[in-house]
Amino acid sequence: MIALLAFYLFATVTIASAVLVIFARNPVHSVLWLILAFFNAAGLILLTGAEFIAMLLVIVYVGAVAVLFLFVVMMLDVDFSSLRSGFSRNLPFGLLIALVLLAEIVIAVGARQAGPVLARSAAAPAANVVPNIEALGTALYTRYLIPFELAGLILLVAMIGAIVLTHRSRGDVRGQNANRQIRRRPQDATRNTRPVSGEGVTL
Amino acid sequence: MTAWFQSFGITYEWSWFTATMIGILVIALPLMLAVAMIIYAERKIWAAMALRRGPNVVGPFGLLQSFADGLKVALKETIVPTSANKGLFLLAPIISFTVALIVWAVVPFQPGVVLADINVGLLYILAASSLGVYGVIIAGWASNSKYPFYSALRAAAQMVSYEVSIGFVLITVVLYAGTFNLSGIVEAQRGNIFGILNGFGFNPLLFPMAVVFLISSMAETFRTPFDLTEAESELVAGFQTEYSSMSFALFWLGEYGNVILMCALNAILFWGGFLPPIDWAPLYVIPGIIWLLLKMLLFFFIFGWVRATVPRYRYDQLMRLGWKIFLPLSLFFVVLISGWLMLTRYGA
Repeated sequence: MIALLAFYLFATVTIASAVLVIFARNPVHSVLWLILAFFNAAGLILLTGAEFIAMLLVIVYVGAVAVLFLFVVMMLDVDFSSLRSGFSRNLPFGLLIALVLLAEIVIAVGARQAGPVLARSAAAPAANVVPNIEALGTALYTRYLIPFELAGLILLVAMIGAIVLTHRSRGDVRGQNANRQIRRRPQDATRNTRPVSGEGVTL
Repeated sequence: MTAWFQSFGITYEWSWFTATMIGILVIALPLMLAVAMIIYAERKIWAAMALRRGPNVVGPFGLLQSFADGLKVALKETIVPTSANKGLFLLAPIISFTVALIVWAVVPFQPGVVLADINVGLLYILAASSLGVYGVIIAGWASNSKYPFYSALRAAAQMVSYEVSIGFVLITVVLYAGTFNLSGIVEAQRGNIFGILNGFGFNPLLFPMAVVFLISSMAETFRTPFDLTEAESELVAGFQTEYSSMSFALFWLGEYGNVILMCALNAILFWGGFLPPIDWAPLYVIPGIIWLLLKMLLFFFIFGWVRATVPRYRYDQLMRLGWKIFLPLSLFFVVLISGWLMLTRYGA
């Protein structure tokens, strides 16, 4: 009963906020609706018993990716009316992509019900027997070790590539050298003198 | 408590629902009271360190000062700037406050005394604390004012930076404990060192991580020396600049709720939580919640002590500490500790 109520609550909010992502006039509101959709999707995943994936969704998408989205969108100085002018022109293309995605989901679900690619023994272990994290860890670090490590390596290369491509060292900027600042002591920077009156000091 | 409700003939689901609701109230109401008292305590600590008297007028020893402040704030008018984004402007403090409260669901107060004993407790804490940044960003953007916006940008960058090293520190703890469940982590610390001391913090391999976590938790809650987001000399009051009355008070409550939570997390993850510091039978006579509260108060004193004595960081120093010192250090310790555990615990 409560699980059912929770499901309908999460599902309704997910769909409503997903629709509002498109229809919100302000891009920042769009991103905020998107975050709400992520969050409720995490709730739905939680209801199916995949608590690890749900937490990851919140940590990665809500906590990191969406923050960056929001960051960028907030900083942009956009003209909201011009953003909406292309709506009718891009509508057929958008509908096409939506159709393709829908077809893919249907095919994937259908194919899964027709019989899994791998043997039945490789299917996810029954819930409540092994915790999610252990089951995932066992699968990732034994059976799928090489693909998993390769994926990590590719991501690392992509990250380094992004840093290398965007990092420019500008010669005319004086950076802060924290080590030098910490090493600086009063006796190195100042000088005690006892000047004779009327003669001044040499600097 | 669920079983007790069930004995009245209520179905399992509704008795669970009622029991959880009561559990939430039992945690949240004392927490609000604790926030009021801890603000008073902190003001007394700062006063003592500055050779002042601190609040001493309202009530005996000034104990009721926070309640007087709360009443005063509640009676003020809530002002919404005309150019502000009204809905989001009012939503932001509610988000901050709610997020500060929901994390308490997984905090174990005694063996078995925890609202939600879930097996991804630590991930839940990470997830909930990563939500906290939204209250600040939305407040900064919706205020439609320069200083709050700068503050929101700083807050977002700071939280994201320190969450990275906090994540790695948590991984070292999880590696040692072998579980994400907070009660399990506390139990794993029983007799951790030679069967005498309770606490990962006494382990020389984990002690540096305990220090990193303490400092990162100060940065995560925007406490001095990391309070760049509300640096009054540069940004008036940061993201709170445009707020007044209860909307301001909600930020305040959320902030101190987070500080108490971080004190609790320091105690739970590294210093044995509800276990006494020494694994000696007579010490277990004292209930676990007393030990937890004592440890939290100790950490709260350290938080106040640091805030009273350490000057504020510059923003580049803050980022340097997070990315160039804590991140490599915690990464190195993840490798070191997993290697050590492979050698000693899982080897051969």
